[in-house]
Amino acid sequence: MTVEKQYEVIGTRPIRPDGTDKVTGRALYGADIRLPGMLYGMVLRSPHAHARILSIDTRKAEALPGVRAVVTAADLPDLESKISELGEGTINLRYQSNNVLARDKVLYFGHAVAAVAATSIHVAEEALGLIDVQYEVLKPVLTAQEAMRPDAPILLEELRTDELGAKGTTPTNIAEHSQISRGDVEKAFAEAAVVVEREFTTATVHQGYIEPQNSTALWNVDDQLTIWCSTQGAFGVRDQVAEILEIPVSKIKVIPMEIGGGFGGKIGVYLEPIAALLSKKARRPVKLTMSRAEVLAATGPTSGSYMRIKMAANREGRITAAQAYLAYEAGAYPGSPVGSGAAVIFAPYKLDNVLIDSYDVVVNKPRAAAYRAPGGTNAAYAAEVVVDELAEKLGMDPIDFRILNGVREGDKHPGGSEYPRIGYIETLQAAKNSPHYQSKLEGPYRGRGVAAGYWGNYGGKSSASASLNPDGTISLVEGSVDIGGSRASIAMQLAETLGVAVDCIRPSVGDTDSVGYTEGTYGSRTTFATGWAAYELGNKLIQEFKARAAAYWEVDPAQVAYAKGVLTCNGRRLTLADLGSQMDDMGGPISASASVRAEKWGPAFAVHIVDVEVDPETGKVDVLRYTAAQDVGTAIHPSYVESQIHGGVAQGVGWGLNEEYVYDAQGRLLNASLLDYRMPTALDLPMIETILVEVPNPGHPYGVRGVGEVPIVPPAGALANAIYRAIGVRLNELPMSPARILAALAAKK
Amino acid sequence: MARVIIPSLLRELTGGRHEVEVEGATVREVIDNLEARFPGLRARLLDGDRLRPNLAVVVDGEVSALKLRHKVSADSEIHFMPALSGG
Repeated sequence: MTVEKQYEVIGTRPIRPDGTDKVTGRALYGADIRLPGMLYGMVLRSPHAHARILSIDTRKAEALPGVRAVVTAADLPDLESKISELGEGTINLRYQSNNVLARDKVLYFGHAVAAVAATSIHVAEEALGLIDVQYEVLKPVLTAQEAMRPDAPILLEELRTDELGAKGTTPTNIAEHSQISRGDVEKAFAEAAVVVEREFTTATVHQGYIEPQNSTALWNVDDQLTIWCSTQGAFGVRDQVAEILEIPVSKIKVIPMEIGGGFGGKIGVYLEPIAALLSKKARRPVKLTMSRAEVLAATGPTSGSYMRIKMAANREGRITAAQAYLAYEAGAYPGSPVGSGAAVIFAPYKLDNVLIDSYDVVVNKPRAAAYRAPGGTNAAYAAEVVVDELAEKLGMDPIDFRILNGVREGDKHPGGSEYPRIGYIETLQAAKNSPHYQSKLEGPYRGRGVAAGYWGNYGGKSSASASLNPDGTISLVEGSVDIGGSRASIAMQLAETLGVAVDCIRPSVGDTDSVGYTEGTYGSRTTFATGWAAYELGNKLIQEFKARAAAYWEVDPAQVAYAKGVLTCNGRRLTLADLGSQMDDMGGPISASASVRAEKWGPAFAVHIVDVEVDPETGKVDVLRYTAAQDVGTAIHPSYVESQIHGGVAQGVGWGLNEEYVYDAQGRLLNASLLDYRMPTALDLPMIETILVEVPNPGHPYGVRGVGEVPIVPPAGALANAIYRAIGVRLNELPMSPARILAALAAKK
Repeated sequence: MARVIIPSLLRELTGGRHEVEVEGATVREVIDNLEARFPGLRARLLDGDRLRPNLAVVVDGEVSALKLRHKVSADSEIHFMPALSGG
């Protein structure tokens, strides 16, 4: 389904402005930074998952020739607990600081304890070995279920369970319990024709961005701090570093380098405050880069989880009640995405009776970070397997069952919000009518699965500025880091607004001193919100063009018409190149800026179909065919929308079939490399077919709807349903790895 | 008067009532008036003078960016729900 052609630029597929540099290796990433006198930093990490730090002796390391600085948590301000807003989420700054460098306890294998800056990476590495840390090793707790037991080892002595403002009275690992409730689920279950109740677990998984975290800091003699880093949001880094180091934001400039993936894992800071402290002590610039093992062991994965789901339907196939118990691992400090899981889990379904209990639980693993639709994949996996079973028990086609129960405009989300114009039903119809779903799948150990997914999306604060060049082109500076092609999608919206060709717009990403405040590239917000800023910017520029032309022609601005880069009035004509090149006659340089806080972001829905074949000898699952249908709003650049869907599906397949953190009983991570942490490669995936269902979001000038996150929501559920049809067993644990498939087949016999 | 859907974890403060009609021109005033009728409720919804972190307010079906400053009409419906955060 496509919208009627109403745009000149939107909907086309121009080559991305940063493409040449990236494919030729000329694009500059954080690890490419080389500054005069630069030192190299390394971080000493805990070998224990849970231990009290008794002492840290850095004297031998400091005495090593070539070492210029050593820092520990004693060099950080000892912050009080304080909740700080970070974009659409929040962080407790004390926990954030303790995660950067452990103060009293280490809470996971790989927790940073100290750092060194030296003249070479080899000297730094040698110095790490000279730091003497004495630990009192404590028993670790590694899963939410274990951590919730009354006799579980306690990670944070001061932690009390928060139940919407009511604090518990005893130490606990349960940071928060929240609840969403509507109607009467008990009564509905009692009256239902069909009830399905199942429990599920999912493994801890990592975002798997290719570029490791890195940071270079220069703390100048005038106390101005400059940071070059790989981040999803430069302003977020600036604000976190300011809070953690207790220095004014005006003293900090953050320069975001090109980014090799983030997926939510590069919103919070890890190395930046350490690099800054080392530079302050050494009076030299300091660069730190993580190894892959450090990335996996010490940066935020997303939560493993335990879930119990109960759903019921009547004989007509209407879902009458849904209940969920969600316990998500937060890692070492509170803040799992369990709230988002609760928002996702039943969102595609029209429900009068719903009850969702959510628990945020600390465990001895790295602090959970956001990961593409955080919390959504876990929740949707569990719910979509139960929905599939309900449809099966009722003898209904799984897509027809979802169409019957699917939400439409005006229906209510379990949390109380009302759906605006959404395209869920159209997406289900598109999936049902797809060549894939209409085709037959035959052969032994083969199965087809379907699952749906929701993501709420986000808007938020964005800025952009522009200036007219003498050749009539426009230089565009945007505050959003470009991860997935947003230079192009934002430039296209400015070009559309101005009525010029997209190659007349020269986009670049600004640092924190060169563009207005902009939230990070997360929440599927960038093309929506920064694109909206570009739209506002375009309208401001048009007004300014008209004013300059009117002054030049000595007429009222209302008499000047503007279209497609040309100003006209009474037969006279000026191009943008005329305005730009004759600026002495045209009133001087022309520039503008725009900032927005974009609201009315439209939620996104996706419906995935997958065919699999299971090898009964090895338990290996081959993905034979995959189709992803999605309500994408207006597809600004369809190729990049398709790429987002491809990426989400690929990550979701990894989550579903292979990826998991493996710890030993002491909490030591055993698979901290990409050889052993098994992400899918191109060889593991078929060509992923996409169906773009364009139902414009009425809340955006161009109908944009966030597209980046929802495609990771359905894959695990779709795979589980396909595997069930292939082998006749429903798997209730992720990943559905060969070992688990073989165990399921053996149990079936 | 605006209709407030009381979060289930707060119904112990409202005598088990699921919905309450309250006057107020903004979400902040609505919460102040709720507090007058059901003491202790404000402290559960606010952290200092701001809406609690990780809590969102939904006014007339839309998640509010203005939160406590959001204008409320006589026939408004107000929900409080866990905030969603993306990656």
